[in-house]
Amino acid sequence: MTAITAPARPLRRRYFRPSALWLAAPGIAFLAVFFLFPVLRLLALSVQNPASGALSLASYARIASTDVYLQVLGITFKIAGNTALFSVLLGYPLAYWLAGLRDGLRERMVLLVMVPFWTSYLVKTFAWMVVLGRTGVINNLLTGSGLASQPLPLVYNEFGVMVGMVHAMVPLAVLTMLPIMIGIDRRLIQAAQALGAAPAQSFWLVYFKLSLPGVTAGGLLVFISSLGFFIVPALLGGRRETMLAQLIITQVQELLNWAFAGALAAMMLVAALVTCWVYDRLFGLSSLSGETSAQDGGSGGLRLLGLAVLRVVAKASAVLADVVRKLVGARGTQMLLPLYCAFALAFLVLPTLLVIPIGFTSSQFLEFPPPGYSLQWFETYFSSPVWLSATLRSFGVAAATAVCATFIGGLAALALARSNTRWGGAVFATFLAPLIVPRIIIAVGLFYLFAQIGLVATDLGLVIGHTVLALPFAFVTVTAILKNYDWRLDQAAAVLGANRFKTLLLVTVPLVKGGLVAAFLFAFITSFDELTIAIFVSGGIKTTLPKQMWDDMILQLNPTLAAVSVVVFVIVTVLLLLAERFRHTA
Amino acid sequence: MTMVAKDGATAPKLIIDGLSKRYGDVTALEPTLLTVPTGEFLTLLGPSGSGKTTLLQMVCGLVEPSSGRILIDGRDQTHTPVHKRDIGLVFQHYALFPHLTVAENIEFPLRMRALPATDVKQRVKDALAMVQLDHLAARFPRELSGGQQQRVALARSFVYQPSIILMDEPLGALDKKLREHMQIEIKQLHRETGATIIYVTHDQEEALALSDRICLMNHARIEQLGTPHEIYAKPATAFAADFIGISNIFRGQVDTSSGGEIRLSTRHGSFRLPSGAASAGKEAAIVVRPEQITLGSDKGNTVVGRVVDTVYAGSETRLIVDLDEGETLIVRLPPGHPVPPYGERAALGWNPDAAVLVP
Repeated sequence: MTAITAPARPLRRRYFRPSALWLAAPGIAFLAVFFLFPVLRLLALSVQNPASGALSLASYARIASTDVYLQVLGITFKIAGNTALFSVLLGYPLAYWLAGLRDGLRERMVLLVMVPFWTSYLVKTFAWMVVLGRTGVINNLLTGSGLASQPLPLVYNEFGVMVGMVHAMVPLAVLTMLPIMIGIDRRLIQAAQALGAAPAQSFWLVYFKLSLPGVTAGGLLVFISSLGFFIVPALLGGRRETMLAQLIITQVQELLNWAFAGALAAMMLVAALVTCWVYDRLFGLSSLSGETSAQDGGSGGLRLLGLAVLRVVAKASAVLADVVRKLVGARGTQMLLPLYCAFALAFLVLPTLLVIPIGFTSSQFLEFPPPGYSLQWFETYFSSPVWLSATLRSFGVAAATAVCATFIGGLAALALARSNTRWGGAVFATFLAPLIVPRIIIAVGLFYLFAQIGLVATDLGLVIGHTVLALPFAFVTVTAILKNYDWRLDQAAAVLGANRFKTLLLVTVPLVKGGLVAAFLFAFITSFDELTIAIFVSGGIKTTLPKQMWDDMILQLNPTLAAVSVVVFVIVTVLLLLAERFRHTA
Repeated sequence: MTMVAKDGATAPKLIIDGLSKRYGDVTALEPTLLTVPTGEFLTLLGPSGSGKTTLLQMVCGLVEPSSGRILIDGRDQTHTPVHKRDIGLVFQHYALFPHLTVAENIEFPLRMRALPATDVKQRVKDALAMVQLDHLAARFPRELSGGQQQRVALARSFVYQPSIILMDEPLGALDKKLREHMQIEIKQLHRETGATIIYVTHDQEEALALSDRICLMNHARIEQLGTPHEIYAKPATAFAADFIGISNIFRGQVDTSSGGEIRLSTRHGSFRLPSGAASAGKEAAIVVRPEQITLGSDKGNTVVGRVVDTVYAGSETRLIVDLDEGETLIVRLPPGHPVPPYGERAALGWNPDAAVLVP
């Protein structure tokens, strides 16, 4: 047989093979309708005259001309900024210490940060009310021991708000900084020291410099999250600590002034976006996703100035370190960091744990230590139809949310992992966006939309809203698992005769099921202790557990709340530990 | 290029007709023609980036060709999706499903083809027996050694009797001893099953040991196609000579000597060419295998150099000689042959007809 003479002949039309990117379509459609559209319309409302619909800047004019609103705006920025500053300052040594641990130990220690991170804000805030209150734990100790004759004003002021906010946000700062610090090659420190740098100098000039993307990313995320806070200032602050989100809630719920609420929300969103933009200019947004960017941190002059500052700091701290070493000795110096971290972790974990004995108190009051123990408050909880129905609704809504978020987010993660498209970055950003935009804005936007299509006070509305918030967590979890997935197994399945659907069902899904379960649990937790959307969407008798807690906490603190907090804390912690386990076995 | 099937009566199993692949400006495979007869063991041999894996992946459908056709058993399969192509593929890292047991892995392709349960059971049993893993059927892949995993991968690709079995450097991850052992097993499997096998490797010894034919690839195209013996004894190019076996290559200009004889002038002197060699005026090179060079100057072509190393390898001794004009010559001395000491000057020669002239 002789060779076939066939020059390169162009193929006929490529046979149609849908790109894997289509798998992201359900998620993008969902977010377009229930996230982008409501948020954008809220912004549009802010520049409309409520009566005529014409373009109007009246709402903004009102903000600019009213002292109270400007003050609230100022307070919001101040509290958010301070929270970011303190969270990063307190979190940095903790993250540094965690990054230096060997992998197994670190995974266990990080749980001590993960648990407070996922613990309901309501439970954490409730704990601080008990700790800091006039008859709270600290004041009892102080007056009881005679250190103070009068109870100190620890709560309903700026101090209380800052303690609550920083406590709520340190875990976020640590968890953002940690991946970047783990990525830093510690041999560089040894190299610096071998080249003659004192430990303090090698830290500031090498390690700190390399960890800066993490520091700024952590600060950014904390700042943006803090902008939309209302639980902590409402429960731990006084009138002078009113934040923007509280104003928005009042405008919507009590005054039904949509245009003005929209304008306030727009201010918040603009603040968040401007912060993101400035951040991107300075550091590049890519460092948010935990990748150490190749960028060397700004251009020419700025960079040299930064290095010069670092050199001064390094010199100063080298001197300081010498003094400290002389004072406490070399061994003592080495103990400083673990000691600090023990205190930091205690600060994060202990207040919440304090709630547990109080839940079992025999007293009618929130005393610590409890004068005696009983199960009466759990009995009150479990025999109350209001609490029970709220609990059951929360479970139902959370389960439905988790299914939706895992399904939609999982498909989207698969789409991104399987397609090499230039749209990848945009899709990724879209799915993370609900994490960046303050929840209060999403909640108000959704409330407006739901009011028009009759979803207010329905479980479906809750599930939709919670799915928007839970999607980023499910998406990120599955994405991380798929990063380590060996796609040759899919190729092998195809060669052996499995079509795409069978490959997904028989090979891919069984192999990443740990990640899917983890995504499900994270989504479940997100919904289970979600309050912001619940405040608007679950009206009347159709209340969720966090909403019921919130209503009670605003009215009157009582030991039933402690019992409920214990239950919520235990459920969330158990689910979280399960999720972490599944994530690691995947 | 003319390609004749070994056995004129055998129908070609696979015809690759003008197949090519480009990624933007990069050509992974130039338009290529190749015919593989039924039952042949063909090796695609070449350095990394030579296009051999691209060719393999296009045959099994994992990569879409830029042009050309793939005919299997005479049917155009160019656009058949991977899972309908009925081809076996053994991956470099086995790609066993970690969540399935050995038996379930081997079952997988049969289940995809919806075979009756009793049939599945019997075939899995036979396949396990074929690779001598009956006792490990219930184990998971991670509980097996590298060699055992490789056997499972082989069983999985043979069990459904695909029309062609492709192997992508299947022994690349194993150590040398195990690799040689597995080579024998693969050869046995081929003999017992009569399967058509296309085998990708960059290891020339493996290619020589296993193949009916070797398809030597370089720079995204076929450099030479032939039996191992043809390629070793009659390399078509200097690359082929260099890539397969050890070669001494002398480059130069073909010209006519005063006596009217055609010779190759190199910087090591003027050499007589094998009889029937090419015409004058061209750049060319002659290839001399180490075993064809002997000590002494009585063989027709002679070079002189200094012994810089001797390597004793049991069945032979290799002599490394630095030629006076630079370059190194490798000579293979049979066992028992006296070995010149280090540093000594030696004359070495070869019979002109034992060398090969390549362009």
